[in-house]
Amino acid sequence: MKTPVVLVTGYLGSGKTTLISRLLEHPGMGETAVIVNELGEVGIDHHLLRRVDERTVLLSSGCVCCVLRGDLADELRDLLDRRDANEVPHFRRVVVETTGVADPTPIVTTLLSEPLVRHHYELESIVATVDGVHGLRGAESVKQVAVADRLVLTKADLVPSTARAELEAELARLNPAARLRAAAFGEVEPDWLFEGAERDPRDLEHHDFHAHGAHDHEVQSCVLFLDEVDWTAFGLWLTMLLQARGQDILRVKGFLNVGGEGPVLVSCVQHAVHPPVHLDAWPDDDRRSRLVFIGRGFTAGELTASLRAFDHAARH
Amino acid sequence: MQERVLYTKTTLMCALCGVILNQHWAEQDGGRRARAFRAALLDRVLGHFGLSLHDWAGGVYVLRDRKGASAVVQDIGAVWSEAERLLGRTLDPLDAALVAELSR
Repeated sequence: MKTPVVLVTGYLGSGKTTLISRLLEHPGMGETAVIVNELGEVGIDHHLLRRVDERTVLLSSGCVCCVLRGDLADELRDLLDRRDANEVPHFRRVVVETTGVADPTPIVTTLLSEPLVRHHYELESIVATVDGVHGLRGAESVKQVAVADRLVLTKADLVPSTARAELEAELARLNPAARLRAAAFGEVEPDWLFEGAERDPRDLEHHDFHAHGAHDHEVQSCVLFLDEVDWTAFGLWLTMLLQARGQDILRVKGFLNVGGEGPVLVSCVQHAVHPPVHLDAWPDDDRRSRLVFIGRGFTAGELTASLRAFDHAARH
Repeated sequence: MQERVLYTKTTLMCALCGVILNQHWAEQDGGRRARAFRAALLDRVLGHFGLSLHDWAGGVYVLRDRKGASAVVQDIGAVWSEAERLLGRTLDPLDAALVAELSR
């Protein structure tokens, strides 16, 4: 059985370490290994803690999101060896905390593509903390939110309710696929972060097509609704799209109706594609394919027309 | 809601060249028929850009341009990067002319 990995990202000072520290206090979180880039002021040293130095390997594609984090892969392999040799306490889950200014995509790529790591670990979820007081801070902050599965709005006790509601609405528009929760002092139940359902897909119905910022080149999100899609056509289309525009497509996530009893769960972070998972049943009565795209330089209409054309070609 | 992996990862070795082939996520729906169908659809899309593709012995794809240049590619991911290299430009699936042609 693969060991789940949770990636915790978020801008400098947005509360990542506080969140992890509080999580580790929960009884069910005892068997957790934590890998951090930098040792923060908040001590979590009573837990298995490894420090990773920055060391990266650039793949031939030269794309930023395809930089393999050799250091992280080494650490994860080393943890396995030490666990097997009983040199470290047994752990059932690994939490990786990124640096505040880090682009999380190389870490995702490492987890999904490094052969030994991929064989022993699986990326369970990406959690992004957002500073409730300061909100989104620049391109890195936007990207961290875009790739996340769970968003934690921190320092909730310090934020007036109207400002908090505005920030929550902004985050939901930027990443409609992520679940969102406000927290004070890092208080979030582990179940909400690590388990449980994805965000209710019915919420996507009300998603407001949104550009984050005033210009076309800024990050935006949209939701595509389609009926049944031919799987071969979809595979061709998505691989071609990621090759052509992978730098501008930060996240794709959703359900695809390929004609089976349940949908196929599709998830990618830039060029890194999770192995597609077939669910036995739909989460609700809606049988439409629902795909969230977060990135820049496209519209929902363009994506829909293009995917429909590929599907049409596969059927005629 | 139970989850199961739809397409398991497999490792194949090419009998001719001994290259280890890791199957691409979009190519793990098995079978020669599925592969032939995929190759035909790839050929149709690439045809719009003046390229052709055929499946060679069910193991690799052969990509050609109109000037006779060719490339052997192992999986669907590599098809697009090789096609880009042969053409010297990006093949964009949102290209309006391609969308119109495939919709016919």
